Amino acid sequence: MDLLQTGIVLLMVVTLAVPMGKYIAAVFSLESTKLDKGFGKIEGIIFRLGGIAGDSMTWKQYAKAVIISNFVMFGAGYLILRLQTFLPLNPNEIGNMDPLLSFNTAASFLTNTNLQHYSGESGLTYLSQMMVIMFLMFTTPATGLAVCMAFIRGLTGKESLGNFYVDLVRAHTRILLPLSFLVSMLLVSQGVPQTLSPNVEAMTQEGNVQQIARGPVAALESIKHLGTNGGGFFGVNSSHPFENPTPLSNVIEILSMFLLPASLPFAFGSMSGRKKTGRMLFGAMAIMFLGFLSVAYISETYGNMALQEAGLSQEEGNMEGKEVRFGIAQSTLFTAVTTAATTGTVNNMHDTLTPLGGMVPVAQMMLNCVFGGDGVGLINILMYGILAVFIAGLMVGRTPEFLGRKIEAGEMKLIAITILIHPLIILVPSAIALATGMGSAAVSNPGYHGISQVLYEFTSSAANNGSGFEGLGDNTPFWNISTGLVMLFGRYFSIIAMLAVGASMMVKKPVPETIGTFKTDNSTYMAILLGTVLVVGALTFFPVLALGPVADALTLR
Amino acid sequence: MFKNLRIVLVLLFACGLVYPLAVNGAANLLMPEKANGSLIEESGKVRGSELIGQAFNEPKYFSGRVSSIKYDGAGSGSNNYAASNEELAKRTKDDINAFLVANPGVKKEDIPADLLTNSGSGLDPHISPLAALIQVPRISKERGIQEEVLRKLIKEQTEGRQLGIFGEPRVNVLMLNRSLDEK
Repeated sequence: MDLLQTGIVLLMVVTLAVPMGKYIAAVFSLESTKLDKGFGKIEGIIFRLGGIAGDSMTWKQYAKAVIISNFVMFGAGYLILRLQTFLPLNPNEIGNMDPLLSFNTAASFLTNTNLQHYSGESGLTYLSQMMVIMFLMFTTPATGLAVCMAFIRGLTGKESLGNFYVDLVRAHTRILLPLSFLVSMLLVSQGVPQTLSPNVEAMTQEGNVQQIARGPVAALESIKHLGTNGGGFFGVNSSHPFENPTPLSNVIEILSMFLLPASLPFAFGSMSGRKKTGRMLFGAMAIMFLGFLSVAYISETYGNMALQEAGLSQEEGNMEGKEVRFGIAQSTLFTAVTTAATTGTVNNMHDTLTPLGGMVPVAQMMLNCVFGGDGVGLINILMYGILAVFIAGLMVGRTPEFLGRKIEAGEMKLIAITILIHPLIILVPSAIALATGMGSAAVSNPGYHGISQVLYEFTSSAANNGSGFEGLGDNTPFWNISTGLVMLFGRYFSIIAMLAVGASMMVKKPVPETIGTFKTDNSTYMAILLGTVLVVGALTFFPVLALGPVADALTLR
Repeated sequence: MFKNLRIVLVLLFACGLVYPLAVNGAANLLMPEKANGSLIEESGKVRGSELIGQAFNEPKYFSGRVSSIKYDGAGSGSNNYAASNEELAKRTKDDINAFLVANPGVKKEDIPADLLTNSGSGLDPHISPLAALIQVPRISKERGIQEEVLRKLIKEQTEGRQLGIFGEPRVNVLMLNRSLDEK
């Protein structure tokens, strides 16, 4: 039954991803399409209100528009958090957020990370949930999609990179807003609350008082997943019965967060006119995903030997930190998807996973290209794709080409730096945190697992995932500042560098394909791509994984 | 900068106000009970939510899963014990001993793992059918209800896999205990 329900969900992902990929390609087409008729009117109003002309941009203009608009969003979010207690829609009388936590929260939601050092129940007003959290949950995946589209336009030599504001608005009007409304309704039908009324007080069956927190949950829940955001309305995120009440809501949430990342390779195939390359990219990511999912599932089914030793049967698997309605199958699938798509929502507590089960999310975030977040995931795998061509080119002694364009020193330098930045902003801060009391004081689990907790926090920040080994006591100035900076760096460095790469590829003269051209749409290339990703990942991260999860697994009795 | 401010304000208005209020309106119009949190009301008083677990400490009630927050729905969470944390093993040993005292005749190896582990949310409303069945002799003695009747009650309250495929079979502890009190 476990295999069947997992298989059905994954089959649904593929079935939805193929047509969605085509649709995305049409949404962001530079030529006018039928979609303009349907959405043109409302977009016209938005463009007029926003004062957007829609001329094509150079990569510098595009990058500048990304940075400045994101900065304004950050400012708006920060201000509302700091002043939330004075603003309307605060029925539960929640106070203002302190400056450092507000910085961390605004940075976290701006970068599509959604790392949360607060708990929604006690930390945010309903207005903040709507005008900070939900607002940024829309704009950040839209930003990621826009940049991804500009990058693809560059790689495939379209006439221009496009206009950032047009891409940003289209991502909202044609994809995220309508889909979110639909998914919200489906989730309410499963029992997810959606109300502006305050928390309720109940008299329990045993005659005690129980407070029950609620709020506008459904509207947040849908975009949280569709936008690969991941920040929960409540502290425990999608393991809370109000965020994810039934197995079916769990499936809806999995499909929502996997939909866009899984469809982007197909969109790439459509836009570049190289459908086979798109399918090959999808296949490569799917192979990695299935491998990771299997490790997590097997490890969690096997259970926790320490509890077996203590006398508790582990026949049901490792149930600490999991919900009965999901069991092992729906929990491990959710864990694998949320860290592949770098969403960061959780339906079980990752801190309580078995050591090897917990290594799966960390490893996927370290690779950062097993599907990845909306837009940025595809950028990352394409970056590795170019690196793979380059390495293969070096081996056979030919000038490397990708999609019929020569790859030269300029692009390779940017790609190499971008690939190196990711481990740098994970490993250096982790080392600092573990070496100083400021960081290691937050560790809640003793032994090697403590190393994993710190490593997970920075990996999650750098990959803009946002899940955590939540035992970590992370609402301190050290963690708020350090993870805030890592998130910002992890997000914007690669975005800007890849826009530059895209622009320089765009103006190159296409080289005609000959019999000697290295093909990028067959299984040989897929193997080289997988090899590149795994070798680079393993060389970089194996030592630290050995200190954390691997040592934890070996010493567990 | 000014242009950016304008477009950001438009999006803030659309995504932060128009969208959630539209969802709110539609949800409360079409599915008001669910939109309000699936509350259980009894003569005007709220007795809980169908979806949120409650603490059951009295022996005459079926008990639910371990909750470090004691099912206080104002928050959510767990202790986040790592598999290797010795506190976890200690808590489990203590809970096993307490359970064996409260349920004489039960063999240690028959206790289902979900009953003595902390749920992720600390608010899990469910236990596995096995975890309910293992408590039947105790409830039967406490309440003087025949075991057969209790087993039938559990069967009635068991939710199967959704659509026959998804998730796990489970029993809602609050609903089961409410039906006990109605007996």
